[in-house]
Amino acid sequence: MRKPVMSKAEAEEITDRAPQVRRTVTRTLVVLAGMFVFAFALVPLYDVFCQVTGLNGKTSASAQTLANQDADMSRTVNMQFITRSSAGLPWQLEAHTRQVQVHPGASVEVYFTFTNLSDRTMVARAVPSVTPSEAATHLRKLACFCFQNQQLGPGESFKAPLVFQLTRELPDDIRTVTMVYTLHPQDSGPRQVQVSDPTFDQWLAGHVSALDLAMDNS
Amino acid sequence: MASLPPKHRLQQGSADAVGGSDTHHDRPRGIMRWVLTTNHKEIGTLYLLFSLLMFMIGGVFALVVRAELFQPGLQLVQPEFFNQMTTMHGLIMVFGAVMPAFVGLANWMVPLQIGAPDMALPRLNNFSFWLLPVAFTLLLSTLIMPGGAPNFGWTFYAPLSTTYAPPSTTYFILSLHIAGISSILGAINIIATILNLRAPGMRLMDMTLFVWTWLITAFLLIAVMPVLAGVVTMMLMDINFGTSFFNAAGGGDPVLFQHLFWFFGHPEVYIMILPAFGIVSVIIPTFARKRLFGYASMVYATASIAILSFMVWAHHMFVVGLPLVAELFFMYSTMLIAVPTGVKVFNWIATLFRGSITFEPAMLFAIAFVVLFTIGGFSGLMLAISPADFQYHDTYFVVAHFHYVLVPGAIFSIMAAVYYWLPKWTGHYPHLRLSQWHFWLSIIGVNLTFFPMHFSGLAGMPRRIPDYSLQFADFNMISSVGAFMFGLSQLLFVVIVFMCVRGGKKAPAKAWDGAEDLEWTVPSPAPLHTFEHPPQYRPVEH
Repeated sequence: MRKPVMSKAEAEEITDRAPQVRRTVTRTLVVLAGMFVFAFALVPLYDVFCQVTGLNGKTSASAQTLANQDADMSRTVNMQFITRSSAGLPWQLEAHTRQVQVHPGASVEVYFTFTNLSDRTMVARAVPSVTPSEAATHLRKLACFCFQNQQLGPGESFKAPLVFQLTRELPDDIRTVTMVYTLHPQDSGPRQVQVSDPTFDQWLAGHVSALDLAMDNS
Repeated sequence: MASLPPKHRLQQGSADAVGGSDTHHDRPRGIMRWVLTTNHKEIGTLYLLFSLLMFMIGGVFALVVRAELFQPGLQLVQPEFFNQMTTMHGLIMVFGAVMPAFVGLANWMVPLQIGAPDMALPRLNNFSFWLLPVAFTLLLSTLIMPGGAPNFGWTFYAPLSTTYAPPSTTYFILSLHIAGISSILGAINIIATILNLRAPGMRLMDMTLFVWTWLITAFLLIAVMPVLAGVVTMMLMDINFGTSFFNAAGGGDPVLFQHLFWFFGHPEVYIMILPAFGIVSVIIPTFARKRLFGYASMVYATASIAILSFMVWAHHMFVVGLPLVAELFFMYSTMLIAVPTGVKVFNWIATLFRGSITFEPAMLFAIAFVVLFTIGGFSGLMLAISPADFQYHDTYFVVAHFHYVLVPGAIFSIMAAVYYWLPKWTGHYPHLRLSQWHFWLSIIGVNLTFFPMHFSGLAGMPRRIPDYSLQFADFNMISSVGAFMFGLSQLLFVVIVFMCVRGGKKAPAKAWDGAEDLEWTVPSPAPLHTFEHPPQYRPVEH
């Protein structure tokens, strides 16, 4: 701080205190910078926290392996599927099965159909969310269309499977699990994956046959 | 600038007793005097006048809202404009009226109460004030932009404020950044002043409660304003640079916005009330003619409230789908705040107990503060009950709650402070009869406005909606009548302040019989330069 215009006595008093003031200001500035960094650090921290606890209802963004469990035939959980398209995206996402009774531990396959209602090629991705959020960590997805972007030509349709397992550790008080898929438009960038990926289809064909399809469409 | 007070009459002579002077070398004249000033008193005056202007503008926005809600149906404004009015009212009142008013009071009174010649960083002080007109000119200019002003509520939840926001949102973000920098610089200055420039012999536990609460408030500002800056920066990047902090389509999370916002937002509401606690804690002892009851417990209670404020933010988000454990944690931690707050209310009442009380206008506002703030605190406790909050959330009950703590809370304390210190600032007592009229019109107006909102809220009327069902019509009509009564009576306040600057009954150095703090040892009006030589401070036993 430069010396402001003031009387001599006053200036002496202030200069006496100048080092102390400078120290206080430096310390507050350090705290300030720390808090600004902390605000941004909260973003990854929140993601990690949510991944561990499943608090925001987000499921894993990549395929998980089947947990080796016997199906608990004594317990059934009502699994519901809701789909929607975000504003301004002329696509339709339809769940072939709206509701299915699932035994925890068993893996289940359901199908969804994507339709591009517009007259141009577009890329979109279905983003999942699970309610109640406590169920998110107990929902394992073996195959899901939500892991990739989908590209569809004008008027094109595409049927895609979702293979999932509700693990037996699902808390007892949860009787209904709702899964919402929201379609969001994506920029067609390099990350896009072809819809008919032969390796994926092969993998799926081999996998599905081995599945314990404990579905009971009531 | 025409309404700025004339130069202090006390040019020379009566700077007796403790001394102080108005002389200065090469002072700029006219408007440049105010633009370039580094004097804490002049800057304090600028802050207070700016805040008064913003209070009036924010008040007009509130009256547009209340006029539309006078009857069910849409009469005066379109829903889009209604949303802009609720948003701008909140933003202007929080960031433009209440916060600058407290900073202005701190500028004026903190150096006088600790016996310092000025703030520690006078030039920074000038800068932090002049950022404010820039910030709020930007914010208000959004009203005439295509697409209109921000319309997403003062809490600007994403994605309403990102994906679905009007184009003017970028201006809103910039203005919030500038206002935030201003608050941060003000807080640094206040901390540096209080920690380093106290009169020799004055320990921290000798400071007045106003100085104490401001010290704690300044630390809160340092801790949370950077978080606000971070949040609006993320919004800026989401809107303009294609990031996805709060955009679910890109892997972000809108709920993260609410966590970040309320991590700032809850300490922010205490930033707006802690200095009010301090003001009331200096006014009540003066007019009860007793020392403040439980000085140390007041300091510790203030610090406890400040620390707890970092652990309760999710009580604003009970309905976003928190796990049961989190609901319970935030419910109990919120209720815990009632304990230190209860200590404070108890101490104020114990100070009044068997005191020789007189009811000067400052005291009237201070007592009204204690009563009405406590009502607001109780409705806060009701909202803290998580299962009940599912019913109350986003209803007029919430509006009633936070207006009770902010209007008869923060605003009344500022009014009390103005009436208390006007003799020190201007050398004249405010007009007694008019001040009493102002008080009674205000208190009737405030209760008429906000008390019925408890009922309409409990009956289920949602907030931020321009129209409502017929069963809410009577309560809303009463609220609107009260709002216009309260709003118009503030014109009287402007008149009283203006008259007091121009003249009135002369005030001595010690303007109030029971006033014992250091500021009452300098002449009234306080000369431009005071405590050029540190006063001899004799500690009193609390």
